[in-house]
Amino acid sequence: MGSIALEHVNKAFGGHQVISDVSLEIEDGAFVVFVGPSGCGKSTLLRLIAGLEDTTSGAILLDGVDVTDQGPAHRGLAMVFQSYALYPHMTVRQNIAFPLKMANIEKPVADKKVDAAARVLNLTDYLDRKPRQLSGGQRQRVAIGRAIVREPKAFLFDEPLSNLDAALRVNMRIEITELHQQLKTTMVYVTHDQVESMTMADKIVVLNAGQVEQFGSPMDLYKTPANKFVAGFIGSPKMNFLAGAAADKYSATTIGIRPEHMRISRESGDWPGRVGVAEHLGSDTFLHVHVDGAELQTVRTEGDKDFAPGDQVWLSPDPSRIYRFDRGGLALR
Amino acid sequence: MAREVTLQRKLTFTALAWLVAFLLFFPILWTILTSFKTEAEAIASPPTIIPTWTLENYFEVQARSDYFRHFFNSVWISVGSTLIALLIGIPSAWAMAFTPTKRTKDVLMWMLSTKMMPAVGVLVPMYLIFRDTGLLDTVWGLVIILTLINLPIVIWMLYTYFREIPVDILEAARMDGAILWKELIFVLVPMAVPGIASTLLLNIILAWNEAFWTINLTASKAAPLTAFISSFSSPQGLFWAKLSAASTLAIAPILVLGWLSQRQLVRGLTFGAVK
Ligand SMILES: Nc1ncnc2c1ncn2[C@@H]1O[C@H](COP(=O)(O)OP(=O)(O)O)[C@@H](O)[C@H]1O
Ligand SMILES: [Mg+2]
Repeated sequence: MGSIALEHVNKAFGGHQVISDVSLEIEDGAFVVFVGPSGCGKSTLLRLIAGLEDTTSGAILLDGVDVTDQGPAHRGLAMVFQSYALYPHMTVRQNIAFPLKMANIEKPVADKKVDAAARVLNLTDYLDRKPRQLSGGQRQRVAIGRAIVREPKAFLFDEPLSNLDAALRVNMRIEITELHQQLKTTMVYVTHDQVESMTMADKIVVLNAGQVEQFGSPMDLYKTPANKFVAGFIGSPKMNFLAGAAADKYSATTIGIRPEHMRISRESGDWPGRVGVAEHLGSDTFLHVHVDGAELQTVRTEGDKDFAPGDQVWLSPDPSRIYRFDRGGLALR
Repeated sequence: MAREVTLQRKLTFTALAWLVAFLLFFPILWTILTSFKTEAEAIASPPTIIPTWTLENYFEVQARSDYFRHFFNSVWISVGSTLIALLIGIPSAWAMAFTPTKRTKDVLMWMLSTKMMPAVGVLVPMYLIFRDTGLLDTVWGLVIILTLINLPIVIWMLYTYFREIPVDILEAARMDGAILWKELIFVLVPMAVPGIASTLLLNIILAWNEAFWTINLTASKAAPLTAFISSFSSPQGLFWAKLSAASTLAIAPILVLGWLSQRQLVRGLTFGAVK
């Protein structure tokens, strides 16, 4: 079991408020991703759950039990760090076995568990090596192995993939997702990468400046963002925003149109503009269009549409997919 | 042409280095040579350079006072005080390196400042405290005072070493269920072995060589080798050859230890700056 609840959690570092009144319910077995821009407090929130930081006020409950005053060693959670944080003086086997040794598990039992974890993670041939003799991806696997052997209540991941190269990152993303499907243990995963959050999460927590902007499933956030921040953060490429006359027409302060809901035409449309940069991804093409009196707008089209930089074009929104926001940035429904 | 210049420079610097090394080592060399001379040779002018290689001084020194008793006192005092200082220093340095506060730097500076105070200034109160607590002329008394003297250096050295260990790794240990002492024993200490070894060696040497307190707070029972040497420059006048023999005996063990652990020591003294 591993449900996690945060109740009005605050954290300040010497007067500097980093987490403000966060309340969350994470169900047992869920894969929850904390996402937000760098410095918004994602790691701090995760470390509060881990017990590596003390709350300034508020309570943290694991399976309904208040653990706010318990140290990290007693919470029964496992963590995978961005730096992997392997023990450099121990072999891979000793690294993975370390939590079992701390729990006073007998050696034969521990050895079996380490072997099983190593098999799952393709580390069997490396058990006698030291961490420095491994590649980045293998180190990452050791860190995960160390987390899974002791069957924790929940896994905490702090940007575990950001030190890996792009191809490996996609692989590991899938491996971690598969691991979750297999183990069905609660996972809390921190990332600044919204693609990672969309692809991996059951539920996403969007954080900004130490506050929860929205908590919901990836499609909820995509379809009904609570505010302009979430709308702009979730989805790739980023949502386009227009203010002024264009928004007045829809009785909003700002309107948002996702690049995939923007239509482009050479003949007619709502807003005239000029094509700037065209990014060809093969399947898709992203066109960045300079619209008179507005920010740069992004349009997503099929790969074979050929617009060249400098072309005069017209943009118009899919009328059923327009997001409207009030003066405070809150979504109007 | 250019090659000749570099060769010349190389030779000059090599010669200079040897000269400096020789100048530094000369007093020790002279002491060792003198210890093998007769007393007459020792005070001869002009000095005799090559001794007659007599061992008489050594026999006499051993006959007059028991070298091995002093030797073991020195061992107990230097090793004991260093181990206790490490026992206190490791958790202290751990706290300051990994959970620093606004005042950590001040605390470190304050510790160092105790090394700047002249020891003579507190000799009388220390003497009285030692007398009244019965610590005068006891090995334990010296272990205590040398522990206190070495503690600032031990903490400073360990602090600089610990600062190079990523805190993530200690946090990983906490997440893996390691309570405080297990974190220290299974993770911090093994990772800091080179630093701890340098600290250990340097402080054994410092404690071995410490002469002010060891001479002033002992009479005979607990007297280490420093007191043993000084007892040879006493009432009957100076006997250079015997004094040299006593000195050679006193410095030999630490010279050997220093020689064997040169590498560790250099690393320790550069405070982790050279890797
Ligand atoms: N130990 C600390 N002391 C002081 N400030 C901190 C500490 N840890 C984090 N912060 C501050 O808290 C804010 C959030 O940090 P963090 O949680 O690491 O952000 P994120 O992981 O979202 O990038 C940052 O402004 C950071 O400077
Ligand atoms: Mg972070």
